[in-house]
Amino acid sequence: MPFALEARDLVKRYPGVLAVDGVSFGVPDGVCFGLLGPNGAGKTTTVEIIEGVTPATSGEVLYRGEPAGSRFREETGIQFQATALQDYITVRETLDMFRKLYDRRADLDAVIDACSLGDLLDRDNRKLSGGQRQRLFLAVALVNRPRIVFLDEPTTGLDPQARRNFWDLVKRIRKEGTTIILTTHYMDEAQVLCDEIAIMDHGRIIAQGTPDELLRSRYPGLIIEVPQKDVIDDLAALEHRVLDEAGVVEIVASDVSKALADLGPAVRTLNHIKIRQPTLEDLFLDLTGHSLRP
Amino acid sequence: MKTLSRIYAIFVARNREFLRDRGTLAWNIVLPVLLVGGLAAVFAGDGRDQYTVGVLQAAGTEIAREAHPFLQTRYVEFVPMADNAAALRKVERHQLDLLVALGDPVRYWVNPDSPRGYFIERVLLQSGSDAAIVREDVTGDPIRYVDWVLPGILGMNMMFSCLFGVGYVVVRYRKNGFLKRLRATPLKPAEFIVAQVLSRLLLILAITAFVYTGTHLLLDTRMDGSYALLLLITVAGAVSLVSLGLLIAARVNSEELAGGLLNMITWPMMILSGVWFSLESAGPLVQKIAGMLPLTHVLDAARAVMLDGAAFADVWHHLAWLAVMSAAFLAIGALIFRWTPG
Ligand SMILES: Nc1ncnc2c1ncn2[C@@H]1O[C@H](COP(=O)(O)OP(=O)(O)OP(=O)(O)O)[C@@H](O)[C@H]1O
Ligand SMILES: [Mg+2]
Repeated sequence: MPFALEARDLVKRYPGVLAVDGVSFGVPDGVCFGLLGPNGAGKTTTVEIIEGVTPATSGEVLYRGEPAGSRFREETGIQFQATALQDYITVRETLDMFRKLYDRRADLDAVIDACSLGDLLDRDNRKLSGGQRQRLFLAVALVNRPRIVFLDEPTTGLDPQARRNFWDLVKRIRKEGTTIILTTHYMDEAQVLCDEIAIMDHGRIIAQGTPDELLRSRYPGLIIEVPQKDVIDDLAALEHRVLDEAGVVEIVASDVSKALADLGPAVRTLNHIKIRQPTLEDLFLDLTGHSLRP
Repeated sequence: MKTLSRIYAIFVARNREFLRDRGTLAWNIVLPVLLVGGLAAVFAGDGRDQYTVGVLQAAGTEIAREAHPFLQTRYVEFVPMADNAAALRKVERHQLDLLVALGDPVRYWVNPDSPRGYFIERVLLQSGSDAAIVREDVTGDPIRYVDWVLPGILGMNMMFSCLFGVGYVVVRYRKNGFLKRLRATPLKPAEFIVAQVLSRLLLILAITAFVYTGTHLLLDTRMDGSYALLLLITVAGAVSLVSLGLLIAARVNSEELAGGLLNMITWPMMILSGVWFSLESAGPLVQKIAGMLPLTHVLDAARAVMLDGAAFADVWHHLAWLAVMSAAFLAIGALIFRWTPG
């Protein structure tokens, strides 16, 4: 199956920084593709190269098998991580202006409705709250009925209701067949929305697949959490890692009964343990480490 | 068609942004009104306290004061003049109180409407010479300083509005990412640029016409030529200045740098293009530099039309220059235009 979008060996070098270091991936039509990674991993740079906004040092981008050109512009919607709108212009005027730049035009009322902007239409762009702005940016990304949508950290700054609301909206446009490329720091968001994810660090993709595949290959079972202060003996027999900051020891157990039996003599008590499903957050921290990024 | 609708969309949004920014809008109107009004008040008379008499004689020669007792009159400035037509025009406009040519007979030209001309004529006739003398009349209304400076102030206002209004805004759009957002749409650089030019053109024409009409009605400023031609000159001037602003803003990322560059361009024009005072007597190098500045051509052409009633044939070379400059600025600007910083 041809990809809706394909990135081949993208490289972006800034003076002194290799922001993107040979990234390749393909996104099938109708899929929600998540790009995860710590701060500075190169996510924004990667998607902006694909969007044609940042020139790559090398590599190529194909849209439906062809080099991305004017058709790509016409058929994509983009929500940037950081951007601004004109001052003194209202929400409705902003949407109207962007819509007129395209041949493909969405029904404006539907977009307004979907992004819950109905009550804000006559408000000056400068007077929107952070979350309201995010919703306006999303609406701007949808004014041309895009076939492919780029969302760069779309829910940063949203309250929990707005986030859930936003997820519903993304699911809805995905259901209509729109391809979505999403970058996010929220693992729960990726887990809920993405069919496929790629985890980036230091400009490279270090893991890629469906969330389930990735979790199953890495964690062949459940995770047992033991408070560090309860551990009184060596845990060498068990696959584990110590999370000093949290004061917790995590054990990956494919056979929980056996693991608990092994654990018993090494701890003061089993009363404070927690057993849970592995999450993308575990995977993310495992792969990218716990140190803070510059 | 698609191009037009995209240009129109950007044009409308930009107009709204400008018109709703009341502070800037008010400043664009108030500044020239204050300047014209202030200058009209300060220079209410013609500002000269000495009598000025032109003496027609060969270029580069000194005035021979012993040739006629009139030339020895004290408190009168005698100025040698070689260009007959220019000297007569100065009498016509009351810039010279009297023009005299020694010879047999002595000829002199005076403006019968000028009170100062009347007095200095008396002095001439009673200066005690018995040489034959012939009087000729030159009529015309005086050109007040305000008549002369009005095009300068309107031109200067237009220059600031076009250069800073467009240059700063584009740099701000680039810096805050609005241009990047537009980049991700089918909008092309040339479409964006054309929309900016049209928007600023419309607004500055409206403002200039408004201020002009006001001062014209209030101060009865001089207008000897055709309004259509004046409009054409204003349009050509505004386009060239907006294009220059876009060219300067084509790649710059910081408002500070843009401000520096814009100042570097506007100040020479303020001084060398003849906004406040005439550069007729400036040296050839200064004249040459002035000839390269768009505002010089705007002001020379506008003054020729307003004060001398010049026709298209008299000013077309100024218009051609402005057109050439605009085309060059726009072409280079579109070529090197950058949407994103860095
Ligand atoms: N214009 C630029 N000039 C120089 N370096 C840059 C530029 N833009 C990004 N970088 C660097 O490139 C690297 C990748 O940045 P990028 O914005 O792609 O990260 P990211 O994964 O989107 O991070 P975040 O999660 O914080 O948004 C960073 O080290 C950043 O400092
Ligand atoms: Mg980013």
